[in-house]
Amino acid sequence: MLLNMGPQHPSTHGVIRFVVKTDGEVMSAAVPDVGYLHRSIEKIAEKATYNGFMPWTDRVDYLAAMNCNVAYAMAVEKLAGIEITRRAEYLRVIAMELNRIISHLLAVGSLGMDIGAYTPFVHALREREKVNDLIEELCGQRLTYNYARVGGVIYDMTPNWDKKVIAFMDQFEPLLNEFDRLLTGNKILHKRLGAVGVVTAEEAANYNLVGPNLRGSGVKWDLRKDMPYSVYPELDFQIPVGTGEAGKLGDCFDRYMVRIHEMRESVKILRQCFERIPAGEHQVKVPKKIRPPAGDVYVRNESTRGDLGVYLVSDGSDKAYRVKFRTGSFTAMSIIEKVSRGMMVADLIAFIASLDIVAPEIDR
Amino acid sequence: MTSEQIQKKLAEFYKGVAIEFVAGAKNPVTQAQTGDSCLIVPADKIKDICKTLKTIDQFAFDCLSSLTAVDRPKENRFEVVYHLFSYKHKHTVVLKVFLPRDETAHVETLESLWSCANWLEREVYDLFGIKFDNHSDLRRIMLPDDWVGHPLRKDYKEQEDYHGISTTRPSLLS
Repeated sequence: MLLNMGPQHPSTHGVIRFVVKTDGEVMSAAVPDVGYLHRSIEKIAEKATYNGFMPWTDRVDYLAAMNCNVAYAMAVEKLAGIEITRRAEYLRVIAMELNRIISHLLAVGSLGMDIGAYTPFVHALREREKVNDLIEELCGQRLTYNYARVGGVIYDMTPNWDKKVIAFMDQFEPLLNEFDRLLTGNKILHKRLGAVGVVTAEEAANYNLVGPNLRGSGVKWDLRKDMPYSVYPELDFQIPVGTGEAGKLGDCFDRYMVRIHEMRESVKILRQCFERIPAGEHQVKVPKKIRPPAGDVYVRNESTRGDLGVYLVSDGSDKAYRVKFRTGSFTAMSIIEKVSRGMMVADLIAFIASLDIVAPEIDR
Repeated sequence: MTSEQIQKKLAEFYKGVAIEFVAGAKNPVTQAQTGDSCLIVPADKIKDICKTLKTIDQFAFDCLSSLTAVDRPKENRFEVVYHLFSYKHKHTVVLKVFLPRDETAHVETLESLWSCANWLEREVYDLFGIKFDNHSDLRRIMLPDDWVGHPLRKDYKEQEDYHGISTTRPSLLS
């Protein structure tokens, strides 16, 4: 039987369509059809000035807007040879790690919801709201932050903001343990995710899976550690990898578990950042019209969905000649057709959720 | 390995094949290199060279990080840009292929080397109209199958309507 799953479907995490070939409950293939959210962001980049394009980068991945902002700013800064202050670097890292926590909260929460556990989702969203309030105080926005600028960040943190974040983390860390008791240790979750949607390390590299999806397959690779940028080399944190504790290495549970551990690591990073953040300016002076030299640059940033690559081509004018976003969801989506062969329909839902696919990030 | 070293090694493997090293952009004031260096390879050799880069241990480029294209109407060419990356050696290399800028532009697919190339090439085909020879599933990916034109070309003009739906709307300000 040929079935359409989507484009409007509650468990596809956005507007994506799957053409599912099934024989009863077992699929012979699920062929993804994307492009419903194509907003031609790369074309718009060619028409906007460098700083004028910044709000658009939020829309590349609305759940990791900070990382997209910073990745684009890093690309322009690298090509134009702009060095930003250390305080700005720390503010960026703080913002990105907060963003990572709330993105992973939504990922693990909605994964639970997709396979029938509604309560953990509500708990995760309650915590997410608290961080949204904190980020709103930092940059005025709750979702599309538009926080980074070429040359630094737009606002410094408000007085006592750091204390509020630390107070949040103090109550968030015990809650993560509670979340573990609620969902991670749940036997149903183990049965639903263990040994389902197994991606081997070779497959993951071949399909260019990145971020938690790659680490779930047991590859110890994180751009923050292995090709460090910004102030990450000064910070002490671990890279969690999949262990195959619920079935096989690289199954859905491993990818879920990596995200849970990464939230703890992000809290660790944030605490160090608040201890070390130096005084100073949050922005360096850059010309109103930024004109990087003609040439191209490829910058990668460890976003919440993994390696976010920005390829920027300049022709020496004040507008980019070409911008390409290479995103984690795009490649994660392309592996589904292969892994879905012989899978149960219900497992496809768990598999998509465990890859943490965000539809706008695929289509851009 | 730096791009320059890779170019020298490759030149030993491919005698008589022009593999050109181009240094990255420089800051006009400080003369410090800020852009990425790249290797320009002939279009008919790209698959061969990529296979060498992937399989030989000193290169070990096991990951195709990005594949995209740039339209250069002034130079009358398309550039297909490959960003290769090695988890083992943590080095990167940028390969570029120049194609004539017309409807016949085509280059060999890298699908058999890196599976992720399948979708990346479909995207380039969709938005630039560059064809990939021997590709298993060369369809549009972002736009509908009956869309006219390739939007990321510099001379692209949007069709006025799509199935009777206007693609523009009058400005509310005028």
